[in-house]
Amino acid sequence: MPTTVPAFGNEAADRLASMADVTASDAALRRFLHGLPGVDAVGLQARAATLGTRSIKTTAKANAIDLAISMIDLTTLEGADTPGKVRALCAKGVNPDPTDRSVPKVAAICVYPDMVATAKEALGDSGVNVASVATAFPAGRAALPVKLADTRDAVEAGADEIDMVIDRGAFLCGRYLEVFEEIKAVKEACRRADGTAAHLKVIFETGELQTYDNVRRASWLAMLAGGDFIKTSTGKVAVNATPPVTLLMLEAVRDFRDAVGVQVGVKPAGGIRTTKDAIKYLVMVNETLGDEWLTADWFRFGASSLLNDLLMQRHKLSTGRYSGPDYVTVD
Amino acid sequence: MTANDRLSVFKTYKLFVGGKFPRSESGRVYEVTDAKGTWLANAPLSSRKDARDAVVAARKAFAGWSAATAYNRGQILYRIAEMLEGRRDQFVTEVAAGEGLSKAKATAQVDAAVDRWVWYAGWSDKVAQIAGSANPVAGPFFNLSTPEPTGVVTVLAPQESSFLGLVSVIAPAIVTGNTVVVVASEKSPLPALSLGEVLATSDLPGGVVNVLSGRTAEIAAPLAAHQDVNAIDLTGAGADLAKDLETAAADNLKRVVRPSVTDWLADPGTGRMLSFLETKTVWHPIGV
Repeated sequence: MPTTVPAFGNEAADRLASMADVTASDAALRRFLHGLPGVDAVGLQARAATLGTRSIKTTAKANAIDLAISMIDLTTLEGADTPGKVRALCAKGVNPDPTDRSVPKVAAICVYPDMVATAKEALGDSGVNVASVATAFPAGRAALPVKLADTRDAVEAGADEIDMVIDRGAFLCGRYLEVFEEIKAVKEACRRADGTAAHLKVIFETGELQTYDNVRRASWLAMLAGGDFIKTSTGKVAVNATPPVTLLMLEAVRDFRDAVGVQVGVKPAGGIRTTKDAIKYLVMVNETLGDEWLTADWFRFGASSLLNDLLMQRHKLSTGRYSGPDYVTVD
Repeated sequence: MTANDRLSVFKTYKLFVGGKFPRSESGRVYEVTDAKGTWLANAPLSSRKDARDAVVAARKAFAGWSAATAYNRGQILYRIAEMLEGRRDQFVTEVAAGEGLSKAKATAQVDAAVDRWVWYAGWSDKVAQIAGSANPVAGPFFNLSTPEPTGVVTVLAPQESSFLGLVSVIAPAIVTGNTVVVVASEKSPLPALSLGEVLATSDLPGGVVNVLSGRTAEIAAPLAAHQDVNAIDLTGAGADLAKDLETAAADNLKRVVRPSVTDWLADPGTGRMLSFLETKTVWHPIGV
């Protein structure tokens, strides 16, 4: 097995080039993606359910809570977002619990592109990244030049990470190469003038992909195209991140590392609201990929209300008393 | 096949939390016996996590229930009385077995409990007139004080009066718009668990009343310390336990009702209703 390199490094491009034959044409790509082994749906769901029954208590739980907080992409993606709301969220991300300075910072603040400058200014040099959704989020129904302009705007405004959505319509039609080229083009648009690049997260909107097989194909497609992270959902449709889908994506990442030697991150998003859920995901990461992935560099939670629940559980562990929503910020 | 050959169909008593009937999260049960020590049923032995879940359910229900009109709350309490009336026999049997009463005495208890729901239902749109006031002030203002519900109330139901006592502590808390987590009598929890079935069919929104059964001391401790509980009624706690719970409750300044000797058949008065109210006073300019 080759040594593993991170997806956002320069060496990753060489590794991906070794797979160029499968992405050479639409037919080759289709042959490759449809040649991936089919997903055992029952086995996948059973495995995810089993991993969800682990009991994580006391110091392990305290560590898990702090780790989960440090992995959160604290998100506000509403039409009603105001600069004031974004600044408030940034303040919360830097210092989640004003009464306890030992709480870690969140990983990033996730906003719409027009709020990136506001967030960047509010976060300053705190070390919290700014993630911006782009490419006509959440539907992804726009022409490619519009999507690329959207991405460049966000990167120019200072975004450290770009969350793009794939064109589900093209994917479901089987126009895989089109999706592949689009991801590559967006990855290119993530480059900054100084040669560095914003990290690219690729959102599949698994709730719209219909089958587990499609999720596995989309995962490989996005990783072959150079995505640094693969992300389940936008949080804007009925079905968002579920444990089986996330487990499947983790397995795809594991298989991709074994085959190509490139390390890719995973971000479940939407519907993760409780500490219990978050810990289940951490267990899945540990069991599937190992603790290399148990850092904010390689695993993220796309969430907003999750943070408050984690803080309340943290209060409970430190004081022995159950906390309540009166003791965390409303956002 | 004669009637005697029929297999017994035992009832699985369950908790009532958030409008649903879960088993204890811990999976534990304990044996409930009648006054003579004969086994009656297994009741769920709630854990502190059940208590936590119940508080979450009660908090979730609070916004809707406290915003419901007094008229609507009164209608629902009256509906509870109507539903109970149809199941009198079941409650008479459970109360008689649990408290070791004769059928006549148990019937009197159940009748009084039904009547108590009706009595408190009537108070729903009248308590503001008793607890509120229009205050004379030295300025051109209307100054009005109105009672508002305290929030989530934990009630430790009386240990001896397992049904009439229970109703007499739940009804005054919810009629004003509070939501409650009630810890049933440890010795005879069956009427309380059956009351959950009545509440579920009385248009009472899920989570307004949550019934837990088990060891009072075990469940009450986390509830007394819980930061999201606004008041605690210690009626069912012994003197030592009540003292400990009151200390724990002081951390977030909960309202505390201390245990006292009560004749549950007597006229209840307004004391319990007024214990779980907060007064809001507004100043409104005159002539603008």
